[in-house]
Amino acid sequence: MKYWKIWSLFMLALAVVACSKDDTPSEEQNDSFNREAMLVNWADNIIIPSYTSLDVSLDNLQSETAIFVTTPTLGGLIEVRNAWENSYVAFQNVSMFEIGKAEELNYRNRLNVYPTNTSEIEGFIADGNYDLSLPSTIDAQGFPALDYLLFGLADTDEEILAFYTTNPNAEGYRMYLSALTETMATLTNTVLTDWTTNFRASFVANTSSSATGSVDKLANDYILYYEKSLRAGKVGIPAGVFSSDPLPQNVEGFYKRDISKKLLTTSITASKNFFNGKTFNGSATGPSFKTYLDFLNTIKNEGDLSTLINTQFDVALTEVNGLENNFVNQINTDNSKMLTTYDELQRNVILLKVDMLQALDINVDFVDTDGD
Amino acid sequence: MTWNSTSYFNKNTEAAPLAVFRIFFGLMMFVSIVRFWSYGWIDKLYIQPEFFFSYYGFEWVQPLGVYTYLLFAVCGLSAVCVALGYKYRIAIVVFFLSFTYIELLDKTTYLNHYYFISCLSFLLIWLPANAYFSIDAWRNTTKAFKKIPQWTTDSIKALLFIVYFYAGLAKLNSDWLLNAMPLKIWLPSKYDLPFLGDILQQEWVHYAFSWGGAVYDLAIPFLLLYKRTRWFAFGLVVIFHVMTRVLFPIGMFPYVMIVSALIFFDAGLHHKILNFIARIFKLNKQKIDSISEEKIVRFKSGIPIKIAAAFLAIQLLLPWRYLAYPDELFWTEEGYRFSWRVMLMEKAGYAQFKVVDTATEKQFFVDNTDFLHPLQEKQMSTQPDFILQYAHFLGAHFKTQGHENVAVFTESYVALNGRLSQPYIDPKIDLMKIQDDFAHKDWILKFNDTIKGL
Repeated sequence: MKYWKIWSLFMLALAVVACSKDDTPSEEQNDSFNREAMLVNWADNIIIPSYTSLDVSLDNLQSETAIFVTTPTLGGLIEVRNAWENSYVAFQNVSMFEIGKAEELNYRNRLNVYPTNTSEIEGFIADGNYDLSLPSTIDAQGFPALDYLLFGLADTDEEILAFYTTNPNAEGYRMYLSALTETMATLTNTVLTDWTTNFRASFVANTSSSATGSVDKLANDYILYYEKSLRAGKVGIPAGVFSSDPLPQNVEGFYKRDISKKLLTTSITASKNFFNGKTFNGSATGPSFKTYLDFLNTIKNEGDLSTLINTQFDVALTEVNGLENNFVNQINTDNSKMLTTYDELQRNVILLKVDMLQALDINVDFVDTDGD
Repeated sequence: MTWNSTSYFNKNTEAAPLAVFRIFFGLMMFVSIVRFWSYGWIDKLYIQPEFFFSYYGFEWVQPLGVYTYLLFAVCGLSAVCVALGYKYRIAIVVFFLSFTYIELLDKTTYLNHYYFISCLSFLLIWLPANAYFSIDAWRNTTKAFKKIPQWTTDSIKALLFIVYFYAGLAKLNSDWLLNAMPLKIWLPSKYDLPFLGDILQQEWVHYAFSWGGAVYDLAIPFLLLYKRTRWFAFGLVVIFHVMTRVLFPIGMFPYVMIVSALIFFDAGLHHKILNFIARIFKLNKQKIDSISEEKIVRFKSGIPIKIAAAFLAIQLLLPWRYLAYPDELFWTEEGYRFSWRVMLMEKAGYAQFKVVDTATEKQFFVDNTDFLHPLQEKQMSTQPDFILQYAHFLGAHFKTQGHENVAVFTESYVALNGRLSQPYIDPKIDLMKIQDDFAHKDWILKFNDTIKGL
């Protein structure tokens, strides 16, 4: 009996100590962060509107292309180019959402693998025989392939136009151009339709904390995109961070040249807006990583991580602002500015991947094994 | 009553508790192996990887490719033999060797639980766990005994005592007790658990779990030792481990610990368990008892007891080796492993490696996913010995690619227990010039904070 008494006293004492730790409760501590509301904000205010905008833009690209291939004129070429540029910029707003149908279709790679494989493209055009759904063809399609076909075939616009008019295989070029734009429009439409018809419901409902939960998955997708596609793809790789020498031929929009900066700026801004839960093309903000971190911060009383991340996005954007529109020029004349930009982008990889994921207790590319 | 070592070592006890322990241990291990296999982890963790993080001094333990399956099969089979008490001595030696070999393959997968299994199976080699209720004893009645020396079961109790008590001591630090870290990170993320999800968001719950966990670990070995509190303690063991199972992905370990705690009970309970097993398998327990009579196991040599004693002494001392190192243990992890520091910290990191050709001054960064699987990358980025090993691997790799005069630098950041990340390894150090040893790693940057306590 004696032990029981001692034991209960012990427990009581501990309970008192434990509770007294709690005598300075943080203000307005909510019971729980509403993840479903965050998923709804992501889906309805950011993801679906972004895809819709791209979808409209690609429809326009498709119809401009249709006009051009029927009667190839210089004016028509310019129209296709403009539509391509608008779509490429719009694409930067959806590229990070590689989830659901997009993941299944390998959407980002279907639309934006660069540098594009020009000899493969020329081979396909000469052959007239290609299947763009084959994984081996991802570097012969999408925006970079169009970049080549619209800007890279020759030095002058007239010479480029000649590929679609007087070239012995003009028909082949026109057909490939149509096939590319059609594939891109179809893929995008498939992803968007899936979001609006069924994926949204399961996405929003899947508030599970496991690795298959929507928050975990999209957080991983978002960071993977930021690290690999944005930081490395758009800046690091062409600037030679991962190779012995710079690789200017690997910039995004290589043939158009002066578009690289615009694409980069758009993608950073899109990443920042997603972090802050900012409505697409609007100014309202909703539940997001930022508000989630701020909520957890009220428990943790640590440094203000969301502010640090936002500041770092701004620093990176400022750095990008100082770059030339044409990254090939920038790399060839003063690559150090590209490297500084890379460094500033890199800082946010650490804040997002280490600090944010730790705060949210999300595993990076979850490996399903036992823990300690 | 004065302590008399000779009389203690001559003391005997029933063989049944150790027999029950053997049966459950063997079964648990068999299930663990099957489970591991069925999840495809053999392929994922031991065959697919291109690079393995060896333990210091065990670089000769190399992966066996497709024969790794055979190794697991041998390990699982020996576990069954242990449970049956069939050719027990050979079986437990084979189990210990095969299991430990698997664990030594890659320290990425180091878990205290696995280390515990290796320790336990090593100890079991020296104990007469097949003396009773075993095929060995059934086939050869000269090997059947009802009683065994007291120290044999006590040595298992001692190991369990160390595991719990040291896990409790490790929790006596300011992060755990005063900041409720890392539970303050882990628990809120379990928001979708039925019933518990909401309460786990409360700060007081994080403190209650932290303090409760520390008190549990420190008190449970004593409560299990005292007869009056034993059942109560066992109830706590069940609740605690089931709770950890619900909250964290820790596989079979909770069940192993629950079953192991049975060793503390008197033989009456174990006879009931064995009766139950006998009924299921239609064995005649009276006959098993009769062949064992009241015979007592007598060790022919003093070696087993000396080894067991030395082993336990090492277990007592090894966890304190961290005191020989300066700087924060959680930060440098010098002397962190093999010390029952279980679920003690949340550490996340990021390490980028820069390969420099010192002759041409050309340099590039490495994409870690080219060489490591995500779990390896995660473990590598927060532990200095991993970082060093990986750097040497990269150096060697790029030398074979034709680069000469290779230097490898790392830019790494680590966040510990919810603190903001800070630089980890000195980025100016050429890791190729450093050899791993037991000396303090002065190329780890200083931790910007202090964690007080043990």
